[in-house]
Amino acid sequence: MTTMAFVVRDSATMTRRSLRHVLRYPVTLVVSVAVPVLLLLLFVGVFGALKASLGPGPHASYIDYVLPGIIVMTAGYGSSVTAQAVNRDSTEGIIGRFRTMAISPVSMLTGYVVSTLARTLVSAALVVAAAIGLGFRPTAGAGRWLAAAGVTILLVLALTWLAVSFGLAAKTAEGLTGFILIVQLLPFVSSAFVPPDQMSGSVRWFAANQPFSSVIDTLRGLLTGTPSGGTVLTAVAWCVGLSLAGSLWARALSRRDLNR
Amino acid sequence: MTSAIVASGLRKSFGGKVVLDGVDLEVAAGTTFSLLGPNGAGKTTTVQVMSTLVRADAGEVRVAGHDVATDPAAVRAAIGVTGQFSAVDNLLTGEENLLLMADLHHLSRAEGRRRATGLLDRFDLAEAAAKSVATYSGGMRRRLDLAMTLIGEPRIIFLDEPTTGLDPRSRRMMWQTIRELVGGGVTIFLTTQHTPDLDDVFFALTGRPAAATTPEMENAR
Repeated sequence: MTTMAFVVRDSATMTRRSLRHVLRYPVTLVVSVAVPVLLLLLFVGVFGALKASLGPGPHASYIDYVLPGIIVMTAGYGSSVTAQAVNRDSTEGIIGRFRTMAISPVSMLTGYVVSTLARTLVSAALVVAAAIGLGFRPTAGAGRWLAAAGVTILLVLALTWLAVSFGLAAKTAEGLTGFILIVQLLPFVSSAFVPPDQMSGSVRWFAANQPFSSVIDTLRGLLTGTPSGGTVLTAVAWCVGLSLAGSLWARALSRRDLNR
Repeated sequence: MTSAIVASGLRKSFGGKVVLDGVDLEVAAGTTFSLLGPNGAGKTTTVQVMSTLVRADAGEVRVAGHDVATDPAAVRAAIGVTGQFSAVDNLLTGEENLLLMADLHHLSRAEGRRRATGLLDRFDLAEAAAKSVATYSGGMRRRLDLAMTLIGEPRIIFLDEPTTGLDPRSRRMMWQTIRELVGGGVTIFLTTQHTPDLDDVFFALTGRPAAATTPEMENAR
């Protein structure tokens, strides 16, 4: 077999390993669907009354407005699970074992990324299905749905590469707190629940310009309205940029001396 | 006799603290080499440098004829490493851990199963094979860890404090296994805090940074 064939085979082995963890402990998957659905219920219940303040627009109901943000939060939660899994592998020593074996470090990283992508997309699909059951009425045709799936995949890749890097970099599980807070709380200060132009001062500026907002606005445009080309480009640029930065960082971390 | 491991002038410091200060050693193929020393003497660091996990600041190490600094992939293909703390996947079963290693060694499914079953029997883990490793005792994890190292049938094996924390029965089993492996032509490089009960070459790292030549090393030769 060629080197490339071994990399593919080892990547598949590593992916199977991570997916087996998910199947063995399905509670991870249940929580990753249940938490976003609960948030959806909470926000639709609590803020649904604000619908009027959204002004005239294509949003027939608040759930249509809020679902894209919930998809992003599902991706954020999924990446925090990955950061913890990578950190556990790193601190428990199995990564040290992999590194003394004739395996390309890329295979190990690919295993984490592909399994996270699969797990998070399943969660996101289940969350969307639950939302449709709760009254979400997308107007998107097949093409728009595919585009929305594509943007979600880009977002998951960006968050996953960062999660893998933070997981490798942190010496203890406590060291991940910052990353987990960022991916789980940052979507709250975005266009997820309230349009940023109804916020004030620096919060408005931040909410309008942070990466999650461009992704949320893109998904919202694709699923229930008309996407704006500029927003789509901004979202794609953020995702590709963060993926690139995260993957380079992860690569560097996977090659540095152990225990450093 | 050919050398399995040759180190010369090995130096390593961590954040200004010198851990290895010019270690020279040579291990003949098919023998056991015990590296003796107290905690903090640099035993684990030595193993980590030789097994490509940590880069040395200076000096040369050749394992199975390959330079660890310039050709780590070739070194990795020749070695097996069991560290001081069990490097096992706690979320999988014992058998799944072994099959994972078999897959990463690119064994066929049938061959992987055959070796996994043999190792589970050999290390008294057959009964617990289908149980999650999270439920294993400390001794069982150490035995599984060694089995995972052996599944690739490496010719050179590094064992970092293989008997620390083991009960007498498990310890006897470990020495028995080491003897069998050496009998089969495998080279064993192990670290220990106690005088080994094997009558092979040993080299002592003192509490101070390891010196190029120690009286113990001279005695051993």
